[in-house]
Amino acid sequence: MILNKESVALMQKKASQYPRRKSGILPALTIAYRQVGHLNDQIYREIAKAINVPYVEVAEAATFYTMFPKQPTGKYLIQVCHNISCALLGADSLVEYLEQKLGIKKGETTKDNLFTLISVECLGSCATAPMMQINMDYYENLTRAKVDKILEELRAKA
Amino acid sequence: MTFYSPVITNAAEVAGSDKLHLFRYVEDANQTKIETYESHGGYGTWRKVLTTKKPDDVIAEVKASGLRGRGGAGFPTGMKWGFIPKDSPKPRYLVCNADESEPGTCKDRVIMERDPHAMIEGMAIAAYAIGCHLMFVYIRGEFGHCIETVDKALQEAYAKGHLGKNVYGSGYDLDMIVHSGGGAYICGEETALLNSLEGEKGMSRIRPPFPAIEGLYACPTIVNNVETLTTVRHIMERGAQWYRTMGTEKSPGSKIFSVSGHVKRPGNYEVELGFSLKKLIYDPQYGNGILGDKKLKGVIPGGASTPFLTPDQINVGLDFESMTSVGSMLGSGAVIVFHEDTCIVWAILKLIHFFRHESCGKCTPCREGTGWLEQIIRRIEHGGGKPGDIEKIEDICGNILGRTICPLGDAAVMPIQSAVKHWRDEWQYHIDHGKCLVPTRFEFV
Ligand SMILES: Cc1cc2nc3c(=O)[nH]c(=O)nc-3n(C[C@H](O)[C@H](O)[C@H](O)COP(=O)(O)O)c2cc1C
Ligand code: SF4
Ligand code: FES
Repeated sequence: MILNKESVALMQKKASQYPRRKSGILPALTIAYRQVGHLNDQIYREIAKAINVPYVEVAEAATFYTMFPKQPTGKYLIQVCHNISCALLGADSLVEYLEQKLGIKKGETTKDNLFTLISVECLGSCATAPMMQINMDYYENLTRAKVDKILEELRAKA
Repeated sequence: MTFYSPVITNAAEVAGSDKLHLFRYVEDANQTKIETYESHGGYGTWRKVLTTKKPDDVIAEVKASGLRGRGGAGFPTGMKWGFIPKDSPKPRYLVCNADESEPGTCKDRVIMERDPHAMIEGMAIAAYAIGCHLMFVYIRGEFGHCIETVDKALQEAYAKGHLGKNVYGSGYDLDMIVHSGGGAYICGEETALLNSLEGEKGMSRIRPPFPAIEGLYACPTIVNNVETLTTVRHIMERGAQWYRTMGTEKSPGSKIFSVSGHVKRPGNYEVELGFSLKKLIYDPQYGNGILGDKKLKGVIPGGASTPFLTPDQINVGLDFESMTSVGSMLGSGAVIVFHEDTCIVWAILKLIHFFRHESCGKCTPCREGTGWLEQIIRRIEHGGGKPGDIEKIEDICGNILGRTICPLGDAAVMPIQSAVKHWRDEWQYHIDHGKCLVPTRFEFV
């Protein structure tokens, strides 16, 4: 089992609130993602069993939603918004800065498995651009100094 | 205290106004707590409505207010509610749309993060108006902190008896579920949202039937935006007459505008509908002018799916009818400002990449068309433009517009068409010279 007891219990509780259990699929994927950090076939099977829906339905839904990585990532998944409002305030240059600081290219993971860097579509922080999301947390109104500090703190925590 | 965005608001101005209302308490860090919310009269309107008014009275009041949806299309809210069949034996559902993914838009987030009870109260009133006993809020999955804040508010509302069985002893039961999405823009489109909520892939449905007749689980369903439902609470508190003292005849009330891009003071500002776009961009209380005092190049007034306006068009009111009269749309109220150093091809490439990525793939013109458009525009941006490319872009746009299942197709092409119309010379230069006419290198410092 990849999913722990807490996750399974949470999924079951959530799914039981809806008039139809199938509605519990997306919440279950979210719960699994928060526990594991990515999703895979084994997890779909466990979810299907946990909330009592067909496996194919879980797998189908999961492939549609881009928010869930389908492969393991570094401990910290850095997602930089590259959409228009952020781009106008230097999002492309923020990505380059992170590439340089981490010594990787966009789409890659650092050797110590700490950071994965990707860029994503608008995250709803357009008036606090440029911004990035690391795992579930938002970091807004970014500057070079702020990015330095954030990375330092994450490294220290790891 | 849960995390919330550091975005600037005009809460102080709103607090000093006897009309503006949505942002009154958003700078009060305690407003998310139910005790604070109640101390400002919170849930009093829900109680009054539930114990003294008939559902039809609520619909009539909202109709009289002239409120139009704040999710993008501006559809009259009361009229939409009136489409729910009166005689259907099926359950009815209310879904609050908090998918907030249209680039430029970051307003619903402020309500959820800083005044979540106002949204819940508005939802409860709307649910009662349409005879719904189970309501949902669909929050985009990336907004983990909003989900947490709203969830917490929900628990408080249950604990205080504002939701649940036999609310206020009225015999009316009302439950609410917070649902988190999976990071797809298309799930903001109401029929894709309903599919997603049912556990399906988030693909749009062919209409008719409209959700009011057959929506969630094939039952009558109303989908409304966060800001729309929050506004309902204020209309029922102070009345349709009061609401109409703001805004214009056809666009009454106030609205939140998210101002982003090349302004000195990006933020979320609540102003009356009909407010001057120019003032919103230049006034020190709001956008405070263009970054680096550069010249304005263009503005997208209503989110990434609305046509560009040029500097000579910004002396215009921010309301549904004025925006249409200058060839754009009010959309979600996301004002994106571009200064003179922005290459239009570069900007459009960002937008078309987005729409291509977010197309659900159900219909051919949108699925294939957005792909072709991105390819051609990317080629032009990278110096490989060919004679005839502009005409090809126009042709593809023409073949998408009005021919798709849901409005995402139109949304993708409208900004492109306007950008080609306004800056045709710049596209031509890019093709002829293989590079931008303007610098476009935005450094992050
Ligand atoms: C591609 C697409 C994305 C949309 N995204 C949102 C959204 O994120 N939030 C929203 O409230 N409405 C969104 N809408 C509009 C909804 O379909 C729907 O009209 C709206 O939620 C109705 O609420 P309202 O009448 O209160 O505006 C979107 C529409 C389309 C076509
Ligand atoms: S227009 Fe695009 S997003 Fe809408 S249904 Fe067709 S393919 Fe899907
Ligand atoms: S454009 Fe980056 S958060 Fe919206």
